[in-house]
Amino acid sequence: MSSVAQKKGFGSWLWDWLTTVDHKKIGILYLLGGGFFFVLGGIEAMIIRIQLAVPNSDLISAGLFNQIITMHGTTMIFLAAMPILFGFMNAIMPLQIGARDVAFPFLNSLGLWMFIFGGLFLNISWFMGQAPDAGWTSYASLAITSEGHGVDFYAIGLQIAGGGSLIAGINFLVTIINMRAPGMTYMRMPLFTWTTFIASAMILFAFPPLTIGLFFLTFDRMFGANFFDHAMGGNTIIWEHIFWIFGHPEVYILILPAFGIFSEIFSIFSRKRLFGYTSMVFATVLIGFLGFMVWAHHMFTVGLGPTANAIFAVATMAIAVPTGVKIFNWLLTMWGGSIKVTTPMLYAIGFIPSFVMGGVTGVMQGAAPLDYQLHDTYFIVAHFHYVIVGGTVLGILAATHLYWPKMFGTMLNETLGKVTFWFFFIGFHMTFLIQHWLGFWGMPRRVFTYMDGQGWNSANLISSVGAVFMAIGVIVLLYNIIMTSVKNVPVANDPWGDGRTLEWAIQSPPLYYNFTQTPLVRGLDSVWIEKQEGNESGITPAVPVQDIHMPHGSIIPIFMTLGMFIAGFGAMFREETSWGLPLLVFGLAWTFVCMAIRSLKDDLGYYVPKEEILEDMKRERGRK
Amino acid sequence: MAEIEIYKKSPAEFDLGQRRARRSMRSQVIMFSLMIFLTLTSFMIVTASNAEVIGFSKYYVIPVIMLFAAVQVGLQLYYFMHMQEKGHGIAAMFMFTGALLAFLIVLTFVTIVWWN
Repeated sequence: MSSVAQKKGFGSWLWDWLTTVDHKKIGILYLLGGGFFFVLGGIEAMIIRIQLAVPNSDLISAGLFNQIITMHGTTMIFLAAMPILFGFMNAIMPLQIGARDVAFPFLNSLGLWMFIFGGLFLNISWFMGQAPDAGWTSYASLAITSEGHGVDFYAIGLQIAGGGSLIAGINFLVTIINMRAPGMTYMRMPLFTWTTFIASAMILFAFPPLTIGLFFLTFDRMFGANFFDHAMGGNTIIWEHIFWIFGHPEVYILILPAFGIFSEIFSIFSRKRLFGYTSMVFATVLIGFLGFMVWAHHMFTVGLGPTANAIFAVATMAIAVPTGVKIFNWLLTMWGGSIKVTTPMLYAIGFIPSFVMGGVTGVMQGAAPLDYQLHDTYFIVAHFHYVIVGGTVLGILAATHLYWPKMFGTMLNETLGKVTFWFFFIGFHMTFLIQHWLGFWGMPRRVFTYMDGQGWNSANLISSVGAVFMAIGVIVLLYNIIMTSVKNVPVANDPWGDGRTLEWAIQSPPLYYNFTQTPLVRGLDSVWIEKQEGNESGITPAVPVQDIHMPHGSIIPIFMTLGMFIAGFGAMFREETSWGLPLLVFGLAWTFVCMAIRSLKDDLGYYVPKEEILEDMKRERGRK
Repeated sequence: MAEIEIYKKSPAEFDLGQRRARRSMRSQVIMFSLMIFLTLTSFMIVTASNAEVIGFSKYYVIPVIMLFAAVQVGLQLYYFMHMQEKGHGIAAMFMFTGALLAFLIVLTFVTIVWWN
């Protein structure tokens, strides 16, 4: 159980990763899985832009185009953005609060594998030749009439992956509530931990509606129910309500962690305390709450009537207030700071104008009368890419550069990082800025091609060229990752030199038990305070060196998830094949057996002996 | 291995523990009888209503049963799931936040979405 590098065979290395319950390794696996789906979604995006580059294009058929846009949206939201953010939350948040792991390491692993199997389930649809094709929102009237198994893959795949997200969210909540180091009060938590906390609370309240909605859809399509069939007394609008009661909080679940990452970056590289910390925290909480009160602004044109539209319009615009508070706080953090323009900082500076533009178009759509004009045009496409790419994806790329040394023990190349930034940033604005005008000029969204002579040709071409720039940026990033991993130059605890929070006071990557001694936190930006007072290590221990209790790894999460994966196929083929129903029963039984094994077998974990920790500490001192 | 410490309670501490356990047991029993009483009353009201006893119209029966149900949920949470004890503040906050969100969403539906 030593952390010293040992010679291990491939088999034991693989077993180690498959059974791991270590939050740092699970973070890396989330990053790998999310990164894979990010590239997949990116390829789908490129196909969309190539198809739309010229009028009357017949590169792909209309049906395939529908499948590609559906899978692009679903993949990017559920399988790329969220898991990558979970990856950073897992890897960094426990370090920021001075914990040794998350509260439920086993559940953490279960959540990861549910995401991976759910994502695989969704994408296996490509090989069956019938991918989901009713849009990422899968509005019920379209979804229940969609032929083939496409939407079945959507409903079951997201059900599995969504369960994983719910588990992860609950785990983070319990971790932050219960496992903060001594002295780490709520109002001393780093902003990334705070946004993780609020985003997790939103997951807790937002995912159950999605679960219900997906079950309704599953039963409607596969088991003959009629929740959404108006001819049978159902109500097709109900899906839209349920989906957006989940869906609007979901977009804040995506953006809040990015806000947290940028708050860390602004403060680190301006070498100043975050301006208005308290107002930042309350703005985050307020955004989280208001996020649940605005879902019907996606449905202004459904015909809810002027009263509902007016109230939801006002509620929507109210969210601009706490968001504005945040923007001003970031600007004032930089104001008078000693700014160092590193790659993460470059992303952070690029994020502010990009996200503000997305926010402003959001308020425009919040005005219900204007939304009647903009609804289902490219203006909407431009808006949500401005907030999701300009906010979340820039945040993810910034965090990749910022936390890479902490997660992998080596720096990404700064020059290549800046090259990535400029390609991605210019490409992003080139792709999506012009789409606002395409919307004004009347180009509807989700069309697989358009006629010549409507004045849309050059704008679409510019948009497609921009997408190529973004792709080049991502390819440079992948090259950067491969090259620096091959060189593998080890870095010190705080490679940026200005780390302020606890994760920068321990090794990169951290020992498997994180902290040799639980730290004592004496204020916000604890490491910064210690260093200002002459404590070079950045940490004051709260306890003497003692044995550390750690959890055992487990293979059960993979098997448990495998059962759901199998049951999913069973449910899907239940009606047309004889083996469908037995497979469904078998898969569920398999999962229940795994649960029973988990419940009945006591696993009390093990202790890392004090001697080993003392040895690790001695080696660390020797390295300096 | 972590050392196992054996802690011996003083007689005063032991007494205090006993008294607290007795008090807790007493309140549990009282609340349990109250819940049984409420359940029996609910059944009797419904039976009376079905037998068309004068005064037991559905406009009386339904609100009363809803009220009893709310009281039962409260008792269940606070006495049998120990929410009245210390250290349950966060759990209570999350439950009330969830209840508030659910209430607001339902309120929205019944006031401005469906019957406006």
